[in-house]
Amino acid sequence: MTAPATTLAAAGYPRVWQRYSAGQRLLRFMLYLLVVAAIVQALRSVEIIPEFLYDAPEQMADLLRRMWPIDWAYYPEGVHAALLETLHIATLGTILSVALAVPVGLLAANNLTPSRLVNQLARLILVSSRSVNSLVWALLFIAIFGPGALAGTLAIAFRSIGFVGKLVGEAIEEAQRGPVEALTATGASKGAVLWYGYWPQIRPAFWSVVLLRWDINVRESAVLGLVGAGGIGMALDTALNLFQWDRVSLVLAAIFAVVVVAEIIITQARKRIL
Amino acid sequence: MAAVKRRPFALSWQAKLSALLVFVYALYAAGQLDFSLERFHSGLGHAATLLGRMFPPRIQQPDTLWQGLAESLEIAVLASVLGIVLALPIGLLGARNLMPAWASWPARAIVALCRSLHPVIVAILFVKAVGFGALAGILALAVASVGFIGKLFTESIEEISLKQVEAVRATGASFANVILFGVLPQVFARFIGFATYQFDSNLRNSTMVGIVGAGGIGGTLFSAFQRFDYDFVAAILITLIAIIMLGELLARFVRAVFLDNLGFDAILQRRFSAARGLGSKPLTRAEADE
Repeated sequence: MTAPATTLAAAGYPRVWQRYSAGQRLLRFMLYLLVVAAIVQALRSVEIIPEFLYDAPEQMADLLRRMWPIDWAYYPEGVHAALLETLHIATLGTILSVALAVPVGLLAANNLTPSRLVNQLARLILVSSRSVNSLVWALLFIAIFGPGALAGTLAIAFRSIGFVGKLVGEAIEEAQRGPVEALTATGASKGAVLWYGYWPQIRPAFWSVVLLRWDINVRESAVLGLVGAGGIGMALDTALNLFQWDRVSLVLAAIFAVVVVAEIIITQARKRIL
Repeated sequence: MAAVKRRPFALSWQAKLSALLVFVYALYAAGQLDFSLERFHSGLGHAATLLGRMFPPRIQQPDTLWQGLAESLEIAVLASVLGIVLALPIGLLGARNLMPAWASWPARAIVALCRSLHPVIVAILFVKAVGFGALAGILALAVASVGFIGKLFTESIEEISLKQVEAVRATGASFANVILFGVLPQVFARFIGFATYQFDSNLRNSTMVGIVGAGGIGGTLFSAFQRFDYDFVAAILITLIAIIMLGELLARFVRAVFLDNLGFDAILQRRFSAARGLGSKPLTRAEADE
């Protein structure tokens, strides 16, 4: 593909066809170079302690041996309630985030809200919500409300605002003008235009966004407990701190089961709703 | 005229019922999780003091901050590279239109397993296996990358047009050549999309795996929280947000170069047009993903 540079237009017959212009190739080459430089730099400066690496297989085997007879008997007293709490956190967090995100998403859509300033402001809210990890949100809310499920729920909700709001806003921007103009021509109020003009158009996108986010939230809420924000992560943290690896494996199995069930639920719900 | 007044677009009873159910569930779950207005009120007071202590942000230990950031970046780069290198063969093996079932099922199982657990949980296991430090974070994020890229790579290979594959095969090309010239060019554009997205996501997560001791800025952040150094926390958070946004810009630029064939000359052209006050085409493409 990359032939010698004999591409002068005046050169006439022995003509070489090139897919990309010199500038495009230069830019691509620079990016490749950047990637290689980043890898080399990272490899050179990253701190890896080789002694730890040598006994990794041994440690892994030890870990598996300690985990193996899974302590199923512990499930009813230590894990069941925490698992339910995790599900509540994920679901309630999703509901809350939808309630908070939809108004922001409406403000961010520039066909619905004509003001540039308001659009940018709403986008800023969405971006900052997405840029902060849910664990960091959890730490912040723990500092405010104390450890527990309240902090976890709010963390999930605030992390999800950016995701839901952004996708809802984009769905609204992609909506057809026709029904909206027809409604406006009848003198419908803003609310009626929203409800009868936009909502039927964005409904499939909306439900799929909500289901997808719920699925992500189930996974994330399982981790929040590691910093003290309630749910099954607390059980995991306790078991880890006490080196009860058979209970750790129980918690991991429980999380795995919940994630699989959540995935099945959203596949079914998507078939049903969409 | 009609005695019964009906609204033409009233909600159906099913919709009303499900809205009611969601509401009742929300109340029930809030009760289960021990929410109360009183807690909320006292929390608002705490929030005010927290914000008061967070601002102005102050960088207490600049060395720790920069080391942590550098380590996070290294983790993100190496985990993305390792994850992509591992995900390509696995994703290829998982494609059902090119591979026999005995090869695709194990590959799909591996990908599903990698996807199922959150990176932070995987990081805990690797911290036990390879000790504290960046290596655990790299391995944990590499696992997450294999899960994500492997799945999407498999899906996009399954969607390719088989005509080109057949054409290459008809010339007598070997299997490797079929993959190299028949399959990969068709999925390259989408692959760039996943890879930049995954790098972005690894960058976000590499700042977090430190919470469980797997290297990066997360450990510094967590200990600043535990020492109630909220002004340092604010400084770290602002730096992180800036870095994540830079990462997003970089990802967008890479996509513009590889997917929209942005060239160096085009950038210069735009500069000149802008300088001369001509309108210019916007550089960015619509982001499809988060």
